[in-house]
Amino acid sequence: MSSLFYILKRFLMMIPTFFLVMIIIFLLVRLLPGDPAIAMAGDRASDADIQAIRERLGLTEPMLVQFWLFLTNTVQGDLGRSILMRTDVIDVIADRLPITVFLTVYSVALSLLIAGPLAFVAALNRGRWPDAVIRTVFQIGLSMPVFYIGLVLLTFLAAQLRLFPVGGYGDTFGDRLYHLFLPSITVALYTSAIIMRNLRSAIIEVLDAEYVQFARAKGLPPRLILGRHVLRNALISTVTLLGLSIGNLMSGTLVTETVFAVPGMGRLMLEAIFARDYPLIQGLTLTFAVLVSFVFLMTDLFQSRLDPRMRLQ
Amino acid sequence: MTMEDQKTILEVDGLNTTFHRNGRPLPALRDVSFSVARGEVLGLVGESGSGKSVTLRSIMGLARRYGEVTGQIRWKGSDLVTMSDRALRHIQGREIAMIFQEPMTSLNPLLTVGLQLEETLSAHTDLPRKARRDRAVEMLDLVGIPSAAQRLKDYPHQFSGGMRQRVMIAIALAANPKLLLADEPTTALDVTIQAQILDLILRLAQDMDMGVLLVTHDLGVVAQTCDNLAVMYAGRIVEQGPVRDVLRAPGHPYTVGLMRSVPENLPPRTPLYSVPGVPPSLDALPTGCAFAPRCSSCIEPCLQDRPALTLITDRRHVACFNPITNAKGNVA
Amino acid sequence: MSDAVFTPSPPSRIRLALRKPGFVAGLLIIGFSLMLALFPGGFAPYDPNAIDYLAVRQPPSWAHPFGTDLLGRDSLSRVIWAYQVNMQMAVLATVFALVIGVVVGALVGYYRGIADLIFGRVVDAVITFPFLVLVIAVVAVLGPGLVNMYIAITLVGWVYYARLMRAEVIAQMGNDYAAAGIVMGYSDRRIIFRHLLPNAITPVIVYWMTDMALAILLGSSLGYLGLGAQPPQSEWGVLIAEGRNFISTAWWLSLMPGIAIVLTGLGFSLLGDGLADLLRPRG
Repeated sequence: MSSLFYILKRFLMMIPTFFLVMIIIFLLVRLLPGDPAIAMAGDRASDADIQAIRERLGLTEPMLVQFWLFLTNTVQGDLGRSILMRTDVIDVIADRLPITVFLTVYSVALSLLIAGPLAFVAALNRGRWPDAVIRTVFQIGLSMPVFYIGLVLLTFLAAQLRLFPVGGYGDTFGDRLYHLFLPSITVALYTSAIIMRNLRSAIIEVLDAEYVQFARAKGLPPRLILGRHVLRNALISTVTLLGLSIGNLMSGTLVTETVFAVPGMGRLMLEAIFARDYPLIQGLTLTFAVLVSFVFLMTDLFQSRLDPRMRLQ
Repeated sequence: MTMEDQKTILEVDGLNTTFHRNGRPLPALRDVSFSVARGEVLGLVGESGSGKSVTLRSIMGLARRYGEVTGQIRWKGSDLVTMSDRALRHIQGREIAMIFQEPMTSLNPLLTVGLQLEETLSAHTDLPRKARRDRAVEMLDLVGIPSAAQRLKDYPHQFSGGMRQRVMIAIALAANPKLLLADEPTTALDVTIQAQILDLILRLAQDMDMGVLLVTHDLGVVAQTCDNLAVMYAGRIVEQGPVRDVLRAPGHPYTVGLMRSVPENLPPRTPLYSVPGVPPSLDALPTGCAFAPRCSSCIEPCLQDRPALTLITDRRHVACFNPITNAKGNVA
Repeated sequence: MSDAVFTPSPPSRIRLALRKPGFVAGLLIIGFSLMLALFPGGFAPYDPNAIDYLAVRQPPSWAHPFGTDLLGRDSLSRVIWAYQVNMQMAVLATVFALVIGVVVGALVGYYRGIADLIFGRVVDAVITFPFLVLVIAVVAVLGPGLVNMYIAITLVGWVYYARLMRAEVIAQMGNDYAAAGIVMGYSDRRIIFRHLLPNAITPVIVYWMTDMALAILLGSSLGYLGLGAQPPQSEWGVLIAEGRNFISTAWWLSLMPGIAIVLTGLGFSLLGDGLADLLRPRG
């Protein structure tokens, strides 16, 4: 009952945020010099095309009316027509969305697999050599741009050693795991550096927490102290961190899709930019925002399941 | 060998605990020696940073994870300092238990109090599940938590501060320990609750014939509850003895200072006294007596040498070159 | 260990920081990078734009330590000249965001009220976009190029500074000196800029250091994607992009600028960590 109420409240809180998100996306295209209709229609558009766009956007109307039109169109799933693809933006996005989602989830999983255990090893050996080695390696990783990591992996593991395919994304699930391994690990190497760093301090904080000292004073076996008292609390920080890093992760996805020629939303975004396909740019930006806030929502819900203190609030 | 010695359960001898910060050693405890007898309540007083809490954590085996502990801590013929973690676990929580200062942070927020109570029992007893649950209810009942059986499923945040401290006591005492280390158990609580919790600890200690090592910075609490008293300053014991004797005629100037800062002893409208100055930083201790810079009866030798803890009268020890004689501590 | 008070003697802080190898390494790397950025001509052995069709894609040698590129230009000289652009990036992509963020953050933190409520929503909305996506979208509208990239990063980045500053100011307002200033009838401006700001700015400065490292990563990523610096300008991202199709035959083209990025980014983040240690209140 109370958790249902919480979800409802959380949804309501998203409304003003999304209102502003819409304003930002709306204003984005209005920053364009000249007539946005001409820009949005593309170079090869006929006068009739431009006129159609003018009507859809209500460009002769006052700004507020234009925004209202934009808002209602968007809510109804009408994101306009892509110049590049010559179809509705919503259809283009629906086509590419699953690939990017797959890539993102895959990257999250790999980041966790890399950062989680290593953060534990570093925290438990704080100040000794395993900690120093892990921290140094990740500090360097943090200074590597995603496109560079991708390029190096692409060259050596795919092009030279031929361990992985150079591009594409596969058809079956297993095939996809194989095809998207390099793009995902590229993002994961970067994000796990961020997560590792924070997770290590979070675990150290838990290890030093009074309730863990109390658990030790109770004479509990170490496996119980780690598994029950430390791990559970560290898991909350991990989930929070992953949630907060999702923006970083998706930024990385955009780059990795370009490097590895994965036909997802990130690569499409760049194509749209070079083709000045403004309706598509708007639609993709909005979709990315929706994805991020969906992850924020899931993070909050997961936290409230994990932490009894949040259930009552 | 007196009668007292035969009943001794814990004997701390020459305990040194050293932490390291920025590559420099911090002598948190130096040459700390005392003993606790069965059923005795020993008060450990001093300002924060004096090493009271580190003493408890060294005994409990918690300090050695963070620094170096040397000396001897004798418990039933074995030495806790050199004991393995595995062997120590049979003493932690079973024979020696500890309660912490902050009831808000000392219970795991994600686990029910029932689980946190039962896990102690399953670590130290062979009781089956059902019996453990009964014992948990019994313990909560014993520490005065109303409708105990229903509250096992509750999480710590659903209890008030005082109730949480009661839960912590219940957990600590669940396995019938012979010694309780209490680290400022009432400091974080409301004044009205403080007395209740102290009474509870003392009553249970008496019923269970358990020794108590009570850390506090409140001499008033010590006067009401303890048999013996040890005053700590900058990681060392500076005065030790039976509570009555020490409070009647304190020997160390620092003890006098502490006693003067207890408001209950003052006539109305006397300005509140506090020992002037601040305790020295542990990585920059003076060569002589650590208290010398703040001491009003400091003499030449105090700046050169460190006074040793010496027996002055029957069972009274003071570490001072120029001890106060005939002083009444509560004279403002 | 709640009972133990560890107070380091205050004057040793800078000396303490200088004893940390990480901080010293960061200081050296950034110091040297600044030298290269300020006087590239003094370090580069060749003119970075001197084309030599007779020496195209030559592997590293004594004459050309980093080899030559597709047009026979000396790679080392190009990497060195790129320091100018990339170090400038670290500053120009962050400093305006810093100033705007500090002022806005201080104001909403001090006055609260409706402006603060609106600010809160703006923060929520901006962090809902992946940083790169929003920056790219703005660049898309303004058009590719270095200046537009700075504008785009500033438009998005100030929010993060303002959020941090606001939280710090609110924390500082709880201190006695702020209340004292209000009681003594100082003007709001004086309280905010003379009293609150100097005390609240420390974490913002520490964040600035790490943000400079991120700016170099972001700027070179945009250069690589073709949205930042434009060829023939020497910029690490652009250089890597130029070499990417020849990576198995002329690996040095992409490898060397990449090392420059990693090194500089590392320098800034080490410096930031050291500074955080140095400025963090202790005791």
